[in-house]
Amino acid sequence: MSTVTTLRHRHLLGIAELDPAEIELVLESAVAMKEVGTRPIKKVPTLRGRTIMNLFFESSTRTRMSFELAEKRLSADTLGMTTSGSSLSKGETLADTARTLEAMAPDMIVIRHHASGAAHHLARTCRASIINAGDGTHEHPTQALLDALTIRERKGRLAGLRVAIVGDLAHSRVLRSNALLLTKMGAEVIACGPATLVPPGLPRLGVRVTHAVDEAVEGADVVMMLRVQRERMEGLYLPSVREYFTLFGLTTRRLERAAPDAIVMHPGPMNRGVEIESAVADGPWSVILDQVANGVAVRMAVLYLLAEFRGEG
Amino acid sequence: MGIPEMGERRRLLKAVRLVDPAAGRDGTFDILIGGDRIARVGVDLPVDGAEVVELPAGVIVTPGLIDIHVHLREPGQEHKETIATGAAAAVAGGFTAVACMPNTTPVNDQAAVTQFILKRAAAARQARVYPIGAVSVGSNGEQLAEIGELRAAGCVALSDDGLPVATALLMRRAMEYASMFDLPIIDHCEDQSLKGQGVAHDGEVAGLLGLRGIPGAAESIMVERDISVAEMTGARYHVAHMSARQSLRAVRAGKARGVRVTCEVTPHHAVLNHEALAANGGYDTNCKMNPPLREEADRLAMIEGLRDGSVDAIATDHAPHHADEKALDFDQAPFGIVGLETAVPLCLDRLVHAGVIGLPRLVELLSVNPARILGVPGGTLAEGGPADLTLLAPGHQVTIDAARMVSKGRNTPFDGWSLTGAVAATVVGGRALFVGPAALGRPALWNEPDA
Repeated sequence: MSTVTTLRHRHLLGIAELDPAEIELVLESAVAMKEVGTRPIKKVPTLRGRTIMNLFFESSTRTRMSFELAEKRLSADTLGMTTSGSSLSKGETLADTARTLEAMAPDMIVIRHHASGAAHHLARTCRASIINAGDGTHEHPTQALLDALTIRERKGRLAGLRVAIVGDLAHSRVLRSNALLLTKMGAEVIACGPATLVPPGLPRLGVRVTHAVDEAVEGADVVMMLRVQRERMEGLYLPSVREYFTLFGLTTRRLERAAPDAIVMHPGPMNRGVEIESAVADGPWSVILDQVANGVAVRMAVLYLLAEFRGEG
Repeated sequence: MGIPEMGERRRLLKAVRLVDPAAGRDGTFDILIGGDRIARVGVDLPVDGAEVVELPAGVIVTPGLIDIHVHLREPGQEHKETIATGAAAAVAGGFTAVACMPNTTPVNDQAAVTQFILKRAAAARQARVYPIGAVSVGSNGEQLAEIGELRAAGCVALSDDGLPVATALLMRRAMEYASMFDLPIIDHCEDQSLKGQGVAHDGEVAGLLGLRGIPGAAESIMVERDISVAEMTGARYHVAHMSARQSLRAVRAGKARGVRVTCEVTPHHAVLNHEALAANGGYDTNCKMNPPLREEADRLAMIEGLRDGSVDAIATDHAPHHADEKALDFDQAPFGIVGLETAVPLCLDRLVHAGVIGLPRLVELLSVNPARILGVPGGTLAEGGPADLTLLAPGHQVTIDAARMVSKGRNTPFDGWSLTGAVAATVVGGRALFVGPAALGRPALWNEPDA
């Protein structure tokens, strides 16, 4: 049971700003929100009359739809903006775009942007509550929260679990948010990736780093695979897809080293045959589709809790 | 404040505390100024009709400070700064002279631009301005600029600052050619392939903030390359805005071998490290500059170099930008912070009061060595030399207030900082161009009548 009933800040910019009690609160609220998705009429009036704008400067299918669905299920008025044809392509700055839209008095702005720190940038200039839906390679807090919900559903807890996160660590906001959340909640995190794709700073979060995927997966309760973009093959980070799959790909064979009831996660979209074998992605260990379902519930919880926020932060 | 035309006006600074290490002076002296020159420095000088000036207690006179690395942005980028505003900011910061980098628009790669800069500086009548010319045409790294012409027009050094001198071959030819004119080459040392699209120091802070990193090795690799070429050619070489401990290690080794290498460090690299990027919510573009703020080990190495003499000069790399430009997100905002008006308080507070160096060493770093590196007058109060003086008030408390800066640029991470140490007044050619609050205690330090 969470020891708090409200969040401490009016924005959700990252897991870095959340304490364990707040994380607990979001997860509990998400469980309640999940129930809404099982009803014939999947709607509650909680955010009726509230206006939420979705500013997605990076293309995204699942996150954008997940937020939109969450907003609609809470009965909010939701508006989406994508980059093509937007004022940004006419040279308007991010801050000006947000301020212009804010003149229409949204209660909340959900932002996904290719620049790390974009959500923080908006939080400094806007009055609305800002929700970070992914900023550059920095954080993706709702992803980490839905991952945590999924893990807890299957494992009953977070504390004491061994979680392996494998892939392009350097460019992953999912890694950073998950590393922060899981260590805050008492899990053990081992990050694994090629030496060219390991960012500095992980030991500071209490995360162990290895380049040997077999070592990372050994005894793991959760194996989380990150997407490797094909562009990395051209950026001198990796020689080829074939070599990456051989050295780092998650196969059923590799999975044998994990704990008996290990689960496999992936934030999506997957590159089959690059970081993950189809047999694993479609197999009994996979909770990938549960993650997607939980995404809507977690986002409903976040929006609800931020709408309830009454403080100064 | 009106500045009267100078005739043979004689002023006698009576019994003032003077720190002039190049002249071996650190004590109480009289300074006689005649017109725009130093007439005499001594003890118990006769007044002989000169106007006697007594300074408030706690004010210390030094030879005029010289900032050998500033960006005045004119021609072409006047929205950020002009020569007039930059030279005025310099005197407000205690500097009697600055050397300005050539990365203007157009680049200062030809005599016409050099002459333009000198004309604007003369019209401004603030700090002296010494132009630094480009090494290559347009600083494009392909063809030597007309270095002979640049020298004749008044350039005191050469640099492609903003960019490194592109290749070892170009550095070699530039060094060989520039040696004919005894011009030092100043390099912005940065291997472009390692820099990539980096915006911050490649370390834990950038890693966790999701910012692309520039490793210290990107700088030191270039320093080592340049030192090798300087060794081969015997030319004079100066490392601009050194920030990485590996660079200082290479400079020390080069000096030990007799290479004619000098180096400068900015105040911000001696005071801040990369943790500043994560402070106050993070991503403050006023902490974004190139070279970036690095690790504590690098900062401490720079401090040690300032202390032990292996660092030759402090220079600000004053880089004003328009507020709109710095208001962009971290990736897009341009690199650079202003420095002219924060240098003296930072150096007095964080170097002198902190016990890292004494005042004589500070004068070496901010006046003696800069003058020597650029081969310009100053660095000492020599009889017959220019009457360029900086009056410091090391005990005066200041709070940095960006909104009230003289510079057009307000991009500083030090806004609101409380520091002990200020500029009391700045005298250029015998004229008190700046008199600050620290000189209060007398209605007008210099009795310059208002225009």
